[in-house]
Amino acid sequence: MILDDNLDPHGDALYAALMQAHDGLTDAQSHALNARLVLMLMNELGNPDRFKHLLEQARADLA
Amino acid sequence: MAYDYAPFPYTAPPGLTAAEPRHPVAIVGAGPIGLALAIDLAQRGVKSVVLDDNNVVSVGSRAICWAKRTLEIFDRLGVGERMLDKGVTWKVGRLFHGTDQVYSFDLLPEDGHKYPAFINLQQYYVEQYLVERAQDFPDLIDLRFLNKVTGHVDHGDHVTLQIETPDGAYSLNAEYLAAADGAGSPTRKRMGLSFEGQTFEEHFLIIDVELPHSPFQTEDPERWFWFAPPFHPGQSALLHRQPDNIYRIDLQLGSDTDPQAEATKEKVTPRIKAIIGDMPFRLDWMSVYKFRCAMLDRFVHGRVLFVGDSAHVVSPFGARGGNGGIQDVDNLGWKLTHALQCGTPDLLETYDAERRHGARENILNSSRATNFMTPKSPIETLFRDETLKLAGQHPFARKLINSGRLSQPCNLAGMPQQTGNHPLVGQALIDLPLGNRWLVDTVTGQFTLLALDDAGWTVPDGLALRALPAGPERSARYGDKGAVLLRPDGHICAYFPTPDQTAIATAQARTLGGQP
Repeated sequence: MILDDNLDPHGDALYAALMQAHDGLTDAQSHALNARLVLMLMNELGNPDRFKHLLEQARADLA
Repeated sequence: MAYDYAPFPYTAPPGLTAAEPRHPVAIVGAGPIGLALAIDLAQRGVKSVVLDDNNVVSVGSRAICWAKRTLEIFDRLGVGERMLDKGVTWKVGRLFHGTDQVYSFDLLPEDGHKYPAFINLQQYYVEQYLVERAQDFPDLIDLRFLNKVTGHVDHGDHVTLQIETPDGAYSLNAEYLAAADGAGSPTRKRMGLSFEGQTFEEHFLIIDVELPHSPFQTEDPERWFWFAPPFHPGQSALLHRQPDNIYRIDLQLGSDTDPQAEATKEKVTPRIKAIIGDMPFRLDWMSVYKFRCAMLDRFVHGRVLFVGDSAHVVSPFGARGGNGGIQDVDNLGWKLTHALQCGTPDLLETYDAERRHGARENILNSSRATNFMTPKSPIETLFRDETLKLAGQHPFARKLINSGRLSQPCNLAGMPQQTGNHPLVGQALIDLPLGNRWLVDTVTGQFTLLALDDAGWTVPDGLALRALPAGPERSARYGDKGAVLLRPDGHICAYFPTPDQTAIATAQARTLGGQP
């Protein structure tokens, strides 16, 4: 898992692009976009162990 | 203690009784930008007349954060040390989400530089110091307060200005008009120029209070930024210190705010107490504002040159307004001088190109910061809040938090006045200690070759040559081989691996060449 910054110097631009992708969508559509994006990133990563670690880390403190 | 707003004297201008000889430069606006430009020109021997409709410094602290590069430029103009002595040097910054500290960061000065990353100093002090410095040039700077420019006509080779004073109206002629008349620029409006960009709907409240002691847990001047603090639910807040024990509070108010109702003592008192507790305070100044990010399509229109806020406005996050404007002045002063002395107005086109590049960069950064701080939909709020929660644990998320990306010197790499693609080319001068002095003290606004080795460097006539002494700072900041050529504004315009007078002369000619 990479939890140190891996985006420098593009972090602000990518965050802005992510917000732009949601622009004009309803909440339900935004929810769908997020789901699609996670599935695509899962495939892009292509690494079961790393993805499972990310899932655990993302779920921590939520429930 | 409250600042003493002493009015500057008005004297009846000579143009009221007889036609004045044509002025080289008329500067409209005696704020930090107009005054800095007048001083820069005066130091190059160019006369200017500065016209301001008012006769007092900035009322309210307004621009307070001054960046290292700005201080280095002010050093060249003769007020940097005074600003540093009076200003509050940033030390520790803390970022909170609710009641929790997400992280703290070190703003301590880096060793081996004359100036720190940032100081806080009220705009009224900066203007006072600049007026006093301008008075060092009585033969070159003609400061005219209560002289309101009401009209102008560009004749192609000069501009006629119509001016109103308490004693009546007059007109004067100038080779160039520099419009440093602020965000609401009457010059820009008179010309009907488009000034387009993004408008933000949120209101912000800024309050200056004088406190008997620090509201932080230490007397050190910290800088605290909150997302969704308990005292101001759902919004952002910033608290930092200025000289004279005055503290600046910035509060985001949301879009459905009545600005008139908010800027009252009754409304702000409970807000102040919620932040500082029961400590006594004196309310010094407050303002409610909205802002936008916008710029002119061109900064040069014939003989009219736009400088500072008249050319571009940004959100305050990142302190890119005043600091961006001073970089305009730094870029313009020597080019305008050259245009006047050599009759080459084309060089001013490079001011237009280079500073529009700088303004675009400032607008991009300040728009992104504002978007992060003022999410405009539930999904944007969700991403923002989850970023803040992840940031407590994960460094990558900390980097995504954007409460303002602080003003940096503009990089001119790849722009036509520069030669080659060495990584140093385009950067602004990087300071170095030179015994008991500093590099920024010794580079005085002219083309200068900085030698990084002792390969026997010589320079063409009219250029200065300075050998940088070997040491760890030079190695880290410049390397130990070759030489770099500084423009009069301290930007590096070329790198040379070995001594070559022809190459140096060619690079200088390219920088002065005019067409971008």
